[in-house]
Amino acid sequence: MTHVSDSPTQVDLKNLEDLYHEAEYWHVNTGGKTIHAKRMPGFFRRIKWMTMSVWLVFFLGPYLRWNGQQAILFDIPARQFHIFDITILPQDVWLLALVLLFFALLLAAVTSVAGRVYCGYFCFQTVWTDIFVWLEEKLEGPPSKRVKLDNAPWNLHKFRVKFIKHSIWLAIGLLTGISFTLWFGDAFEMWKAFLTLQAPLIAWGAVGVFVFFTYLFAGFMREQVCFWLCPYARIQGVMYDRETILPTYDFRRGEPRGKLKKGSRAEGGKQGDCIDCKQCVAVCPTGIDIRTGQQEGCITCALCIDACDAVMDKIHRPRGLIRYASLDEIEGKPTIPIYKRPRVLVYLVIMLAAIGGIIYGLSNLGSLELKALHERQPLFVVQSDGSIQNKYVLKVLNKTDADMPVKLSVSGHQALRLAKGDTKFIARQGRVTAHTVFLRIPADQLHGERIPIVFRIESARDPKVFVEYQSMFFGPTR
Amino acid sequence: MSDKQNPTQTPDTGHVWDGNLRELTNQPPKWWMNTLYLSGIFVVIYFILYPSIPLLNGWTKGILGWTQMKRLNETMAEIEEIRAPYENKLKGMSAAAILADEELSNYVVASAKVLFGDRCAPCHGTGGAGNPGFPVLADDDWLYGGSIDSIQQSISNGRKGMMPGFGAMLSEQQLDDLSKHVVAMSKGEEYAPGKELFVSQGCIGCHGMDGKGIQMMGSANLTDAIWRFAPGGEESVKYTIRYGVNSGAEGARNAVMPSFKDKLTETEIKKLAVYVYKLGGGQ
Repeated sequence: MTHVSDSPTQVDLKNLEDLYHEAEYWHVNTGGKTIHAKRMPGFFRRIKWMTMSVWLVFFLGPYLRWNGQQAILFDIPARQFHIFDITILPQDVWLLALVLLFFALLLAAVTSVAGRVYCGYFCFQTVWTDIFVWLEEKLEGPPSKRVKLDNAPWNLHKFRVKFIKHSIWLAIGLLTGISFTLWFGDAFEMWKAFLTLQAPLIAWGAVGVFVFFTYLFAGFMREQVCFWLCPYARIQGVMYDRETILPTYDFRRGEPRGKLKKGSRAEGGKQGDCIDCKQCVAVCPTGIDIRTGQQEGCITCALCIDACDAVMDKIHRPRGLIRYASLDEIEGKPTIPIYKRPRVLVYLVIMLAAIGGIIYGLSNLGSLELKALHERQPLFVVQSDGSIQNKYVLKVLNKTDADMPVKLSVSGHQALRLAKGDTKFIARQGRVTAHTVFLRIPADQLHGERIPIVFRIESARDPKVFVEYQSMFFGPTR
Repeated sequence: MSDKQNPTQTPDTGHVWDGNLRELTNQPPKWWMNTLYLSGIFVVIYFILYPSIPLLNGWTKGILGWTQMKRLNETMAEIEEIRAPYENKLKGMSAAAILADEELSNYVVASAKVLFGDRCAPCHGTGGAGNPGFPVLADDDWLYGGSIDSIQQSISNGRKGMMPGFGAMLSEQQLDDLSKHVVAMSKGEEYAPGKELFVSQGCIGCHGMDGKGIQMMGSANLTDAIWRFAPGGEESVKYTIRYGVNSGAEGARNAVMPSFKDKLTETEIKKLAVYVYKLGGGQ
């Protein structure tokens, strides 16, 4: 349209050809068409069932008992996490930060070594979708039948099948939601509350959210979640390098592809091992063609490897046309062993540091915590006999599971004495007990404006259970 | 347009640049469009329910009638509800009984802090630290007694002591001697010429034979380490003796604790009494 088009010789026609050629393969999956993936048995299919079963912990965990109580309980209203014998209070929440750091780095390290292992084998989106599709296949049959059923007009049979399917999907969503809430309250009490419709509003709300999103994500959106919603999918995609092993099509062996016929490679012809049977595409849960190379849609579930291996067995060619391989390996370049890859090593070092911190934290949780807040207004008070009085509010945190009678002592100055406040009191279980004390030092014994002192709280029953806190005693400037 | 240049048969706008660049009209994902439509519906519902559109003389109120003030009042009511059981208990109890109850006295210390900050701290300082001319409330020296009942009395009725000025009756030398004795007393010593005056001039009438003061009258204890009027020491004492306290004479020390009977409720006064008692000096 413009004057530029008057000089078409400036346009490199060869490059343009390539561009359009590439566009032929460039397909954006926006969920317009439901992907009905074929299910095939195989090595990675078995692995997938095993890794998926990790989620049984999510469903069964809340029923586990420990010393007569729920083994793992996230008690939000009381602000306490119970994990077997350990009680974690908000004061120990830095441990949680380390746990998160550990898992974030674990994700990075594993992704750097073997790609999106989490996406392909463990992610709830993958797992729930797989279960939903498995049910769909049980009820509606293999992909070809499912497509036919979808296109068929509504009749009683179709309605019955669809109704059963959606009911079971919703039931799974309901079970998922309820199981989630069970971690935050006593599991059996919660079930009772749900069954008698007495559960708190927030529990119903949580269940509702889970039912809705389980049904929507695993039933309808499926791979669309991985394509368009999930940030981790994209983050993990950029954690690869040339050494990362991924399900890869060995193009040097496979190309040029073509239908199996006389004159193929087996008979000395030029044709590669790929017979273009499209089984790798048929089984892919995200609907991609692995033969076009690594791409955002690949969750590295390796089901295409199972499919391709089965075909290779049939045509008597070696397995591994699609296999876990790094980019360097496929291109025939030398590969670097894991222990020489700096990225992996750095990840491992940070993970070890996080684990070290967690172990240190767990072994030093203690039963008591103490802080002494020195009164600032006024900093000190002169008494009628000339002695100096300081006020402190002690904050004693009792992390054990029972109230604890404790004894208070103070040291740091020979003339220091407790003027007011009890030396014996009860530290309430699971919370901070505030205890006010007044300390005095006679004026003629007080040398210096600030004297370091130490508060010591010990259990009245077991002197080995104690905690100390260093504070200051303030006096007038001289 | 050949198929070679449009292999996916994507519809376009019909515009072609440079002879071969076309503007395609790919649709966004369906779920994305649906989310957009739902957002639109949400906005409409929100506009109907809540105040949203500013007008020249106000704004659309929304059918829920939600306002920030209403929300504030609701949350205030929630707080009052939590406080109510404590406040109701406090009404029927004496200050001494509140003090004896650990839970209630903890509640009072927490909730009277604001009251103390508003009503007492302007003179007596935060935490009862005292100010020049205004007594420290955190020490163990009390003009009118440090029992919970006396403290309540002081807040409720106010206090106003009186000491006449002796500037006209005593010579400069006598004033010096008397001051020296008063300062000596605070160290547990005495100064003989001054002690004589202390008795003969009638100081003992209010401050007592031993100079320890009489709480009934609010006269200061002169033997302890705390000075009623800062900074203490001979010059300061001499000034007080010369001009007096609340004596009406020009230059006299001014020391009035106002009555809070009409400004605060009975319960508030009880709360403040407990709060002051707990600052560290209650007896």
